[in-house]
Amino acid sequence: MITAERKPLEELIEYIKPFKRLLLVGCNECVTVCAAGGRKEVGLLASGLHMAMLKSGTNIEIHEHTLERQCDPEYIDELVPMIDSVDAVMSMACGCGVQEIARRFKGKPVFPAVNTKFMGASERQGVWSERCQGCGDCLLGKTGGVCPIARCAKQLMNGPCGGSTGGHCEIGEDVDCAWALIWERLKELGQEDRFVEITPAKDWRPGGGAGPRKIIREDLAE
Amino acid sequence: MRTESRLEKVLAAGHLAVTSECGPPRGALPDKVREKGKYLEGIVDAINVTDNQTAMVRMSSLAASVILKQEGLNPLFQMVTRDRNRLAMQADIIGAYSLGIDTMLCLSGDHTKFGDHPMAMNVHDIDSIQLIQMVKGMRDEGKFQGGAEIKNPPRMFIGAAANPFADPFELRVLRLAKKIAAGADFIQTQCIFNVDKFEKWMEQVCARGLHKKCYILAGVTPIKSLGAARYMKTKVPGMDVPQEIVDRMASVPKEKQAEEGVTICVETIERLKKVEGVAGFHIMAIDWEEKVKEIVERAGLLPRPQI
Repeated sequence: MITAERKPLEELIEYIKPFKRLLLVGCNECVTVCAAGGRKEVGLLASGLHMAMLKSGTNIEIHEHTLERQCDPEYIDELVPMIDSVDAVMSMACGCGVQEIARRFKGKPVFPAVNTKFMGASERQGVWSERCQGCGDCLLGKTGGVCPIARCAKQLMNGPCGGSTGGHCEIGEDVDCAWALIWERLKELGQEDRFVEITPAKDWRPGGGAGPRKIIREDLAE
Repeated sequence: MRTESRLEKVLAAGHLAVTSECGPPRGALPDKVREKGKYLEGIVDAINVTDNQTAMVRMSSLAASVILKQEGLNPLFQMVTRDRNRLAMQADIIGAYSLGIDTMLCLSGDHTKFGDHPMAMNVHDIDSIQLIQMVKGMRDEGKFQGGAEIKNPPRMFIGAAANPFADPFELRVLRLAKKIAAGADFIQTQCIFNVDKFEKWMEQVCARGLHKKCYILAGVTPIKSLGAARYMKTKVPGMDVPQEIVDRMASVPKEKQAEEGVTICVETIERLKKVEGVAGFHIMAIDWEEKVKEIVERAGLLPRPQI
């Protein structure tokens, strides 16, 4: 999933200060799963903002709405009946959702309520970790199902650096050494030979090096 | 001979090579580079010039290497993959070669987290092994990494680092093998304090015949003080300082600790001389270049061979 974290309240208040009526929009996908911007968080943030504004002597009208998916124009249409009655929109979705709202409602300011973080997985209740950087040319089949691009702090593609200690990365004991994990997996799979092959310099074009990326599926595109 | 590198000539002639390092200053202080270089003149075969070591901004390794070259010394140009992409690296390699630099060391570099610009992006367009491959391709095939032909290709004697003390231990020899397969001509190891562990590593290196494919320079560091010993033991990732070294530093009064550190260093070299596959020594006297002469002399490695 795409993970996100709520921005500090102070930053959000700065955004909405000039407005009287706000539409706060959540998303029912990734940000719901990582508890950053789903229906529940929309409710909590709405009351938090409301109270903070009241404290500073301003009353703000906040409309709440959570879309099935903010990165999909089909669902954004749901906001049409609400948009004229507000001065600004605050999105609790990832950056994709924020931009879809901005694209759909030209004259309306849109503000992000969360910081979009990374593509990750849930390690345990309340803990998410980065797993993928969307390099566009997946090499997990060669690295025992552990990604060195996303999980090695130096994106090393040919084994651990000299800072790997006791299974953790030199940047901190709370970070696993990706190559220690890869090596363990390769051993479990009897694929130690994979380590010996030199992985040549990566072509970063599919990973964003060629500019903003797009997928066009001729079979589906209208 | 692959290159004009003095280090290559010394090693090829079968001498135990000696290298040391010079960390460039944190300012436009060319005289500081000359001063550090002066301590090493006639003492070592090549002088490593670090590239933003510990992820702190310093005078570029290329500029400091050129200053040493102008002084008639033999710089060993270090390059990390952390700070620039393959275009910038290849440009600097050609530039360095054009200015008379013929020896380099390919590294990934300390993470920016440890330096004074933790907010900077770590580039890592390529990794250290891919850098070795690139420099070799430039030299032996006369081609840029992108495939185009290089006019007058840079002929670099290619070095790489190895840390026998990092984990997982079983990968340490395999990774060395990869570096050699990628094109490393010589290796400089992490500082050796745990000689027993280094010997174990070298046994595996020799068992695979890797010492015949590449020159291995054993890294040593004189410890300045008890505090430094403790710091290296506990704070530096991938460093293995046995308790007995710390205890030995602690056993002498503060004013004698530096001397004790130098003695330990000399004894380490003496012991390493007996290890099969060791082709020389890399003395990392961090901000203590003035001590290198004494170490090299006491270790019986002077005078340096005339090539």
